[in-house]
Amino acid sequence: MTTDLDRLLLIRHFERALLDLFAKGELNGTTHTCLGQEIVPVALAPLLGPDDHVFSNHRGHGHYLARFDDPAGLLAEIMGREGAVCGGVGGSQHILREGYLSTGVQGESLPVAAGAALHLRGSGALACAYIGDGTWGEGAVYEALNLAALWALPLLVVVEHNGIAQTTPTALAMAGTIGARCAAFGVRHVALPAEDIAEIRAVLTPLVSAVRTGSPLVVEFAVNRLGPHSKGDDTRSGVAELRDWYREMSDLTGFAEADARAGDLVDAVVRDVKARPLSTWSRP
Amino acid sequence: MRVVENLNHALREVLAGNPRAFLLGEDLLDPYGGAFKATRGLSTSFPAQVVTTPISESAITGVGAGLALCGDTAIVEIMFGDFVTLAFDQIVNFAAKSVSMYGTRVPMRLIVRLPTGGGRGYGPTHSQSLQKHFIGVPGLDVYEMSPLHDNRAVFAQMIAAERPCVFFEDKVLYTKRMHEVDDLFTWDLADGVARVHVDTPPDCVIIAPGGVTHRALAAMRRLLLEQEIVCTLLVPSRLHPLDAAPLVAVAREARSVVVAEESTAGGTWGAEVAHALHRELWGVLRNPVALAHSADSIIPTAGHLERAVLLTETTIHDTVLESLK
Repeated sequence: MTTDLDRLLLIRHFERALLDLFAKGELNGTTHTCLGQEIVPVALAPLLGPDDHVFSNHRGHGHYLARFDDPAGLLAEIMGREGAVCGGVGGSQHILREGYLSTGVQGESLPVAAGAALHLRGSGALACAYIGDGTWGEGAVYEALNLAALWALPLLVVVEHNGIAQTTPTALAMAGTIGARCAAFGVRHVALPAEDIAEIRAVLTPLVSAVRTGSPLVVEFAVNRLGPHSKGDDTRSGVAELRDWYREMSDLTGFAEADARAGDLVDAVVRDVKARPLSTWSRP
Repeated sequence: MRVVENLNHALREVLAGNPRAFLLGEDLLDPYGGAFKATRGLSTSFPAQVVTTPISESAITGVGAGLALCGDTAIVEIMFGDFVTLAFDQIVNFAAKSVSMYGTRVPMRLIVRLPTGGGRGYGPTHSQSLQKHFIGVPGLDVYEMSPLHDNRAVFAQMIAAERPCVFFEDKVLYTKRMHEVDDLFTWDLADGVARVHVDTPPDCVIIAPGGVTHRALAAMRRLLLEQEIVCTLLVPSRLHPLDAAPLVAVAREARSVVVAEESTAGGTWGAEVAHALHRELWGVLRNPVALAHSADSIIPTAGHLERAVLLTETTIHDTVLESLK
């Protein structure tokens, strides 16, 4: 059985391995790791069902791994190797798999998620869209929030508010607050620290149930982005002093063993995927 | 039957044939029935499938894409095609890309309807022909409404293709009659291309999207009666991807070819057609393919100023004469 700790550590080691592969010149293009933000998708995983649609963004590896436990398929996608989820065409930020879709344009997914929610309305399933604090600069967010409230859509918006959009601190990009913006549309908003998984689930379980019957919800998590925006482009100082669940949980019984297991698993996945032939694509 | 009624019937057939087909847009509900009445009666007949929306072109196109992604059929009306710029991201970066960027072909039944074009005095932001901005987007089909193509067949084709489509509807067509051509000419339809002609090999072939049909016919009439110049008009329904073969077959026999469109000059669909013909018929064509389009200008509101910049019957007439020199 995969525990929450296993999932957290899988995502942490996966993201570290990606930065390591980049440093060695073994990855093409770019990637955005979710180091420090792992708790959010792991906490949400059991609250989402197989009929729910998840919309992820550019920083989506954790979202994918928390839903599918498939590091090999994701790494193959990022490395363009056989067994890639989308043949290596989409790469790190464009993935489609059974009710899961990520795309790389900020704010673009919210109207699409609203459309999926319109499709699902009345079925008990919901559409969940992960966005960042920076995404709130996009007008499409507000058009979609308006529709969500107006049409009573089963739409769950998960905001990973890490305080920085690429290199721009929130204070330089956002007037007012996310909560006040939601209030303007009559959309329920709840702010939570991304710390205690049990506490997050206790708060969200009834709220997510309400989403399923047409009460849209914005959940705003305060998280720390511990890695760079993409690779080696961090302009901040003091990142090492930011709170990190990895450090704080390291005294837990069984942590060292779980950490070693996750590390070994990711090492094995990296060796396996690197040895695979290149992916192929039949252009439609 | 008028073109807008034929379009209305086409939409009705889509909604009646599939309870998971949706029509979304601003001011669609009865009794108003849409700014150009294309949706009149539909919200009464299909209240669960016709969705009136706020003024949010980006979001309603995204909602349509989300429905299509989930397997539904979505038709989005943008009240004036000019406003499609607000939905450009959803069309180009989401809907069109979703067909292919996930490694396997993802079917998307999404049609974005775009009332288009000038001649009605709506001014610079409500009169444009923006087709050229959508030519050559991988995964996106571009169609134009025509009085010679039954919209029921065209909508069936767009839906069957399972690719996102933009459907340009020249507003001047709404009140014209379907399948009505000048009695000097006969017309037929083959391979998706309508052909209007006389029983003599043409001096000039005019290629035009549906919205230009009547202006081209008027120019053809004048050329025939005043100068005994014989023209054949070809009107394709799908502008992109372009099936050049039926155009090439006819153009091969003519002394000149003119592509006429209402778009402003520069980077046009017509230039794309000309390129395709030059590739196929280099050494056969006697003259370069000539282009007729509107002036490189915004579209003024006052009638006399608007007429001075838009493609007219005279623009086509003069371009044909020039092409035969």
